[in-house]
Amino acid sequence: MTQLGFYIDQARCIGCEACVIACKDKNDNPVGVNFRRVYSFEEGSFTEDKNGSFIQNIQSYFLSISCNHCDEPKCVENCPTTAMFKREEDGVVVVDQDKCVGCRYCEWNCPYGAPQYNEELGKMTKCDLCIDLLEKGERPACEGACPVRAIEIGPIDELRAKYGNVSEVKGLPTASITKPNLVINTHKDASE
Amino acid sequence: MSIFEKIKESSVSRRTFLKWSGVSATPIVFGGVATKKYLKPKAVAATQKDDEETIIPTCGTTNCGGRCLIKTHVKDGKIVRITTDDAEEDSLICPQIRACLRGRSYRKFVYNPNRLKYPMKRVGKRGEGKFERISWDEAIDTIYKETKRITDKYGPASRYSTYASGNWGGIASGRTMFKKLMALTGGYLGYHNTYSSAQTSNATPYTYGTGATGSSLDSLVNSKLIILWGHNPAETIFGTSNFYLKRAKEAGAKIYVVDPRYTNSGIGLADEWFPIRPTTDNALMDAMTYVILTEKLHDKDFLDKYCIGHDEDHMPENIPEGESLESYILGKKDGIEKTPEWAEKICGLPANKIRQLARDYAMAKPAALLQGYGPQRHMNGEQIVRGATVLASLTGNVGKNGGWASGQGGFSRTSVASVPQVENPLGITIPCFLWTDAVTHGTEMSADDGVRGLKDGETLPSNIKLIFNLAGNALLNQHGDINETAKILEDESLVEFIVVSDVFMTPSAKFADILLPSNTFFERHDIGLPWGYGDYAILSQKVSENLYESKSDYEWLTLLAEKMGVKDKFTEGKTEKDWARWVVEETKKQDPSFSTWEQMQKNGIHKWKFDKPTIGFEKQISDPENNPFPTPSGKIEIFSKDLWDMDNHEEIPAIPKHIAVGEGPESELTKKYPLQMIGWHYKRRCHSIHDNNPWMEEAGKQEMWVNEMDAQKRNLKDGDIAKVFNDRGVVQIPVKITNKIVPGVVAIPQGAWYTPNKDGIDTRGSINVLTTLKPSPLAKGNPQHTNLVEVEKI
Repeated sequence: MTQLGFYIDQARCIGCEACVIACKDKNDNPVGVNFRRVYSFEEGSFTEDKNGSFIQNIQSYFLSISCNHCDEPKCVENCPTTAMFKREEDGVVVVDQDKCVGCRYCEWNCPYGAPQYNEELGKMTKCDLCIDLLEKGERPACEGACPVRAIEIGPIDELRAKYGNVSEVKGLPTASITKPNLVINTHKDASE
Repeated sequence: MSIFEKIKESSVSRRTFLKWSGVSATPIVFGGVATKKYLKPKAVAATQKDDEETIIPTCGTTNCGGRCLIKTHVKDGKIVRITTDDAEEDSLICPQIRACLRGRSYRKFVYNPNRLKYPMKRVGKRGEGKFERISWDEAIDTIYKETKRITDKYGPASRYSTYASGNWGGIASGRTMFKKLMALTGGYLGYHNTYSSAQTSNATPYTYGTGATGSSLDSLVNSKLIILWGHNPAETIFGTSNFYLKRAKEAGAKIYVVDPRYTNSGIGLADEWFPIRPTTDNALMDAMTYVILTEKLHDKDFLDKYCIGHDEDHMPENIPEGESLESYILGKKDGIEKTPEWAEKICGLPANKIRQLARDYAMAKPAALLQGYGPQRHMNGEQIVRGATVLASLTGNVGKNGGWASGQGGFSRTSVASVPQVENPLGITIPCFLWTDAVTHGTEMSADDGVRGLKDGETLPSNIKLIFNLAGNALLNQHGDINETAKILEDESLVEFIVVSDVFMTPSAKFADILLPSNTFFERHDIGLPWGYGDYAILSQKVSENLYESKSDYEWLTLLAEKMGVKDKFTEGKTEKDWARWVVEETKKQDPSFSTWEQMQKNGIHKWKFDKPTIGFEKQISDPENNPFPTPSGKIEIFSKDLWDMDNHEEIPAIPKHIAVGEGPESELTKKYPLQMIGWHYKRRCHSIHDNNPWMEEAGKQEMWVNEMDAQKRNLKDGDIAKVFNDRGVVQIPVKITNKIVPGVVAIPQGAWYTPNKDGIDTRGSINVLTTLKPSPLAKGNPQHTNLVEVEKI
C-alpha cells in the first residue's frame, strides 16, 4: 500500500480559508460542517513604554488542517459499528455510511477534530482526500485552491523525503497519539 | 489552551456522559435526494466518469483586485461545483490565477434564495423598504417618464449615477452604459476619483507626474527588503500579489509590516510587525527621514540628480528659505527636530524600532516600500502617500529592479481594446465622495470643492435630482455618515427619483423608487481584467440563463434607450456577448499573440508572458536627459511648487509632513471619544458583496477587534456585544479581543450591511454609521478610517 498524506507549509499560510471553502464547495457541506479547518493562534501582549509608545512581543500563526489519515486512527479504533475504516490501498480513512449510526464517538476520539457530524444525514462525514478526484488524475480541492501553494498531497514517504518529519507544532496534540500522516513546515512562531 | 486541547478535554469529559442507547435512535435507513449528495462511495471505480458535467470558465466581475479564473462545473443547467485555474504551468512568469475564498463561494451568491426576483416599485416612505411587484414594462415606463420630467425641469446636470462597483466588468456595466445613454440624450453630471484610492491617485502625481509608479511584481524576487505599509493583499487580493510576495520571501527577501493591525499578510509573510497608530504614518516617515539624513544613509547622488526640494540647494525659484525637506526634518523653521523620540510619542512605535526600520530600509539595496490603499483613506492620506515617495527617493529605490517608487503603484503592461464611449457633452465631474453635497447644495459647488470642468467662478448648474444607482452600495452603506446620508435620501424634495438595480435587497436598494432585479456575472458576458498586477485577461462567460425575471443593466438600459429613441446608437447593434467578442477580436488585431474568440471560450483566460520584469521609471533613471519625469520641473518633486501655489500650507503643504488630524490621537476630541476606529477589507467580503453569504459568514464573522488593554478598561470579554458610538451614530457589534491590534485602536471590517433596529442603532456592525462626510483637503476623498469613538459594554 502507498500511504497518502498532507504537507502543510504553515510558515506561508495567510489564513485565508480558500482551502476551507473549496472543500465545502466540492463536498456540498453546510455551515458547521468543515472537513478542513483553519485555526488561528496568538500569544504575547503590549506594554506601554515611556513616552506613550508600545513594546510588544505578539506572535501569531494559522494552521490549516483536515484529517491526517493516521497510521493509528483513534476514530477507527473506537468506532462501535466499524463504519470508520482505513482503506488498504492508500491508507485513506473513510466512513462507510451504510454502517454509521451517527453516534459521534469518532468525533470525540479524534484529537484533530476531523470527523464532522452532518445534522441532515444524522451521520458522520469527513475528508476522504478527494479520492474520487485523485482517481481521475485531478488534485484534491484544498491543494488546488491554496493561493500561496502551501498544501501538497501525495505519498507520505515522498513528502517526508522532501520536507522532513515534523508532524506536530505548538497547539497541536502530540503525534504519538495517532501517528498522523502529516508533514508541516513550521511557522516561526509555532515551534515549541 | 489550544482548540485541540479543548477538543481532547471535552472528548474525555463528554465520553463519560455518553449513553449509547440514546444515540442509536438515529434511523439507519435513509434516502431521498437531499441526502444522496453526501453519500460517499466506499471505493471509486475509475470508469465512473461524470459524462454530463461540462466545465465553463468564467470570471467574477465584482470590484475585487483579483479577477480570478472561475471554472463552473455545470450539470443540467445548474452549477454544481466551482474550481479554479489548474494550468500545467505555475511559474514566476506565468502563475496560475487561483481564486480566493470569495471566488470559491460563488454558488452561495448566485443561488442565494434572497435574490431580487422581479421589478418592484416603492409603496412606503422612501428608505422604509416596502415594495410592490410590477412588470418590466411598467418599470421601464416609469423610469422613462421620470427621467424626462426631471431633465425637462432641471436640465441634464441633475442626472447622476453614483459610484458603484458591484459590476466592475470591462464592457457593459451599469455605470458605463448609464454614461453612454445619458451622453446620447443631453449629458449628465459625471464623477472622478474612486472610494478606494482618491488620496493616492491625486497626491502621487505631485511627486512623479503620474500615478503609474509600480513595477511588475516579478521584480520583487530581487528585493532584499519589502515593507508592506498598510498593505494586506492576503485579504484585499491585489492582483497576483500573494503569489509574488511568497516567491520574494522564498528568494530571501526580508519582509516587514507597518500597520495598526498584525494582518493575515503579516502573519504569513512578515519577519517583523511594526504597529503604529492610524494617521501617524508621516510622523514615523519624518523620523525615518531624520535617521537616514543624519546618519548619512541617503543616496545623495540620486537626490541631486533626479529630485527637487530635498535640500536648500535644490529648490524651485522664488521659494523662501527654510522650506526644503531637510530644513523641515531638522527643525530649521519650527524648532522641532523630527527625531525618533519626537515621533514615538505620536505614532506609538518605540524610537529604537523607528531607527531599525530606517536603517534597514536605507541599507537594504534594493528595497521595496509597498503602500496599500488603507493608509491613504484618511483625512491626511495625501501626506502618507507622498511621504513614502520621499523615502523611496531618499534611498534611491526609484527605477530599480527590486526597488519600488511607492505612492499609488499603478501598473499595467497589458490591455485589451476598450469599448467606444460617447463623450459627455456637459463635461463636468465632481469628486465621487461629494455627491451628497451635490444633492443638498450642488449649485454652490465650484472648483474649490473639487468640481472639474467648470469655467472660472462658475458653480454646478443644478443640484442632483435623479439618481441611477446600478450594482452599487455606495448610495448608503459604503458612503460616509449613514445616518446623515439616509436623511438626505429620505427627503423626496431633494433627490426626486432613484432607480436601483441589484442582486439583493441591500441597504442602498431600500432607498429605491423603482427597484430592478439584476442578474449576476454568471448570467451575462463580460471581460475581466485585474487591477494592474497581472498579465492576463479573462472572458467572463455566461453560464446560466437569467434567473427569475432578472436582467443585466445592459439589457434593461437597452429597453430604456429604445423609449428614449436612441437604441441603435446605444447598442451599435450589439449584445453583451457581441461586445465581448468585439473586444477579443479588436485586441487580436492590435496584438496578434492574443487568443481567438474560440480559444477564450474554451480556456477562459489569456495570459501574456514576459521574460523579464518591467520596472517603473526605469527610463527616467537610466536616461534622464531624454526622459524627464512628467512633472512641471521634470524631476521627482519632493517639494511641489504646484501645491505651494495653492496657498493652503497648513493643510496642503508643499513637502509631505505629519499633520495631526481632527479625529486622531493628538486631538482634543480624544477626551470624549478616546479610541481611534479604522476599517479594513475583510477576506470574506468584496466591499459589501457576500455579506449575506452563509459560507463567508462562517469564514469571517462580523466582529470588532479590540486590544486587550482597551477591553480590560471597559470590562469587555471576548464575544461580548459592544456599543460603539460617536456624535454620528451608534453601532452594536460583537468584540474580538486580540493583541493583533495596537492599543487605543479598534477595527471594524468594512462592508457589513447597515441593519438598524427600531431605535436607529445599527446591529450588524456597519462601519459607515460612524464615519464622516467631510472630505480630505486635496483629493476631496473619503477619509473613512479617520474616526474617534468610544466603546461600551451593553
